[in-house]
Amino acid sequence: MWELIRANKRKSILLFIFMGSILILLGYVIGEAYFPGKGGYNGIFIALIIWVIWSMIGYFNGSSILLSLSRAKEVTHNIHPQLFNVVSEMKIAANLPAIPKIYIINEEAPNAFATGRKPEKSAIAVTAGLLNRLNRNELQGVIAHEMSHILNRDILYMTFAGVMLGTVVMISQIFLRGLWYSGGSTARYRSKRSNKDGGGAMMIIAIVLAILAPILTRLFYFAISRKREYLADATATRLTRYPEGLASALEKISSSNIKFSTANNITAPMYIVNPLKKTGRSLTGLFSTHPPIKERIKILRNMSHGVNYNNYQSAFRMVTGKGIIPTSGLKDSKNIPVKEPSKDTSKQLSVKEKKREFGDLIRAVNGFVFLTCVCGLKIKLPPNFKKPEISCPRCKRTIQMPLAKIAAVASAVSAGEAIKGTSTLKPQKYIRKGKIWETITCSCGNHIQISPSFMGSKVSCNKCGRIIKIL
Amino acid sequence: MSGLLIFFVIVGILIFFIVGMYNSLIRLKNQVKNAWSQIDVQLKRRHDLIPNLVETAKGYMKHERETFENITRARSHAMKAGNIGEKIKAEKALSGAMGMFNVVVENYPDLKANQNFLSLQEELTTTENKISFSRQGYNDQVLFFNNKIQMFPSNIIAGMFHFKEEEFFEIEDVNKKEVPKVKFS
Repeated sequence: MWELIRANKRKSILLFIFMGSILILLGYVIGEAYFPGKGGYNGIFIALIIWVIWSMIGYFNGSSILLSLSRAKEVTHNIHPQLFNVVSEMKIAANLPAIPKIYIINEEAPNAFATGRKPEKSAIAVTAGLLNRLNRNELQGVIAHEMSHILNRDILYMTFAGVMLGTVVMISQIFLRGLWYSGGSTARYRSKRSNKDGGGAMMIIAIVLAILAPILTRLFYFAISRKREYLADATATRLTRYPEGLASALEKISSSNIKFSTANNITAPMYIVNPLKKTGRSLTGLFSTHPPIKERIKILRNMSHGVNYNNYQSAFRMVTGKGIIPTSGLKDSKNIPVKEPSKDTSKQLSVKEKKREFGDLIRAVNGFVFLTCVCGLKIKLPPNFKKPEISCPRCKRTIQMPLAKIAAVASAVSAGEAIKGTSTLKPQKYIRKGKIWETITCSCGNHIQISPSFMGSKVSCNKCGRIIKIL
Repeated sequence: MSGLLIFFVIVGILIFFIVGMYNSLIRLKNQVKNAWSQIDVQLKRRHDLIPNLVETAKGYMKHERETFENITRARSHAMKAGNIGEKIKAEKALSGAMGMFNVVVENYPDLKANQNFLSLQEELTTTENKISFSRQGYNDQVLFFNNKIQMFPSNIIAGMFHFKEEEFFEIEDVNKKEVPKVKFS
């Protein structure tokens, strides 16, 4: 598995040389067209400065920008236990140093993406629609695919490639538009003044390059993006040892026609399937960010003998007639048989129940509190609800507000913010035994369980709101 | 004089080699131990979950006393087991008992709709998956260590200091091998 990461690093250097030379050429030619003789180097300088600034933004803020653009909300174990569990399983399988942060996007279209410049600071986001549609094994396949992007360092690679593409596009656009509005007169005037024919010829070269460069870099970028998707599929099956899970997940995702409202051209390559696909149009073209889903499914379904990279390679060859895995990845010869699917623990629901479940998930993500009345009615309270009691809309019973619970949910949702006025009780102390499941008994008699992966320094009791410090 | 010097140099080199080999064996052994502790966390978690699951299921499954007894017995055996070899055997038995339980559960649709049972089962499933994923890592380490013990020249050092081969952790898929019990009632 590690050979593949190294091969990725080597290729990314090649990519930078190629895209970088296009960028430098573009800067030089445009600069030379405006200021013949001297402008070329200044043009390169300006192009590189734009690129460096963008890269810094992409490197340090890329994932938070992406997450806030898609309006993703971070979730914990109690909002969606299954999702949380599946991610931590895959963390063990991929041998990552830490569990990625988990986000849910308030979208009905099923999709998912991963982000983060290195494995320690990664995040996985899935849409609520995805959770609503897939069963446990399919969800595992999708999460494994995203985990593979993290493992293979695809995110860093695609971020830098995307920034380069963006810079090339931006510079070409500025140049072409400037030309359009000035009618080319300034350039002609300047070129006449200094160099009689050199500047004019340079101008034509610059125009041609400004038109061609974005197309070329875009083609290159998309080709790489497609290849990465295949490789992530290969790694995902190796992690889950169950290709059918991902295959049927892709099938379900592709059969949905719901429009994705928060995705755009820049973020599209990050998702597991293209969120911008138009129905009825084939995506086999050179200008698609993702390989055709049908082909991906077919390859996965051909992997019945085992799940290592060699098996993926032969399945890929069977479907497309070409190879995909770099030779360094093919050293992986240990035979790993296909695993039995794990037990599905999701509820069998009707369409109507699924709709309700979807709504509940969105509310849970947004900090709603759920109360169940004695009559069985589930009452949903918004996060800023402050009345001490309400009457049940169905049976008119009066229900006391569990204020501690509301505060706990609110604090879990706004994680990182200071918890204000949750409790006036004296905080309790608890000494941790080790990295195991432990049960803490609050002085009010309530039991709180903490998991081996729990890293926090305090928990608050969900009955009395007392804060327990963990040492 | 020069003969003595050569003798000391040879002895020195020999000691250097022995110490190096011994240290590498110890390092590998510790890696095996570390990989095992990753599994052990999950095994303990499974032991903690099973009583809750049994308690929840008991109310619905009145006629499956035997299944519950098997699970409880296998669990207490697994918790008592001392060394790794014993533990692996006991955990296999426990996995078998749980496999039978999962087959029997299919006959109780009410139980399968119980929210509490479902969330317990979700926790159990994830624990089993985590065991199976960390098992792979453990087995890789064991293979590495055993190879080192068997191969020349490290086998001499291993024999001198009584290094023993570690056991692999393999669990057969129970659902596949045993035919499910069918009940007509």
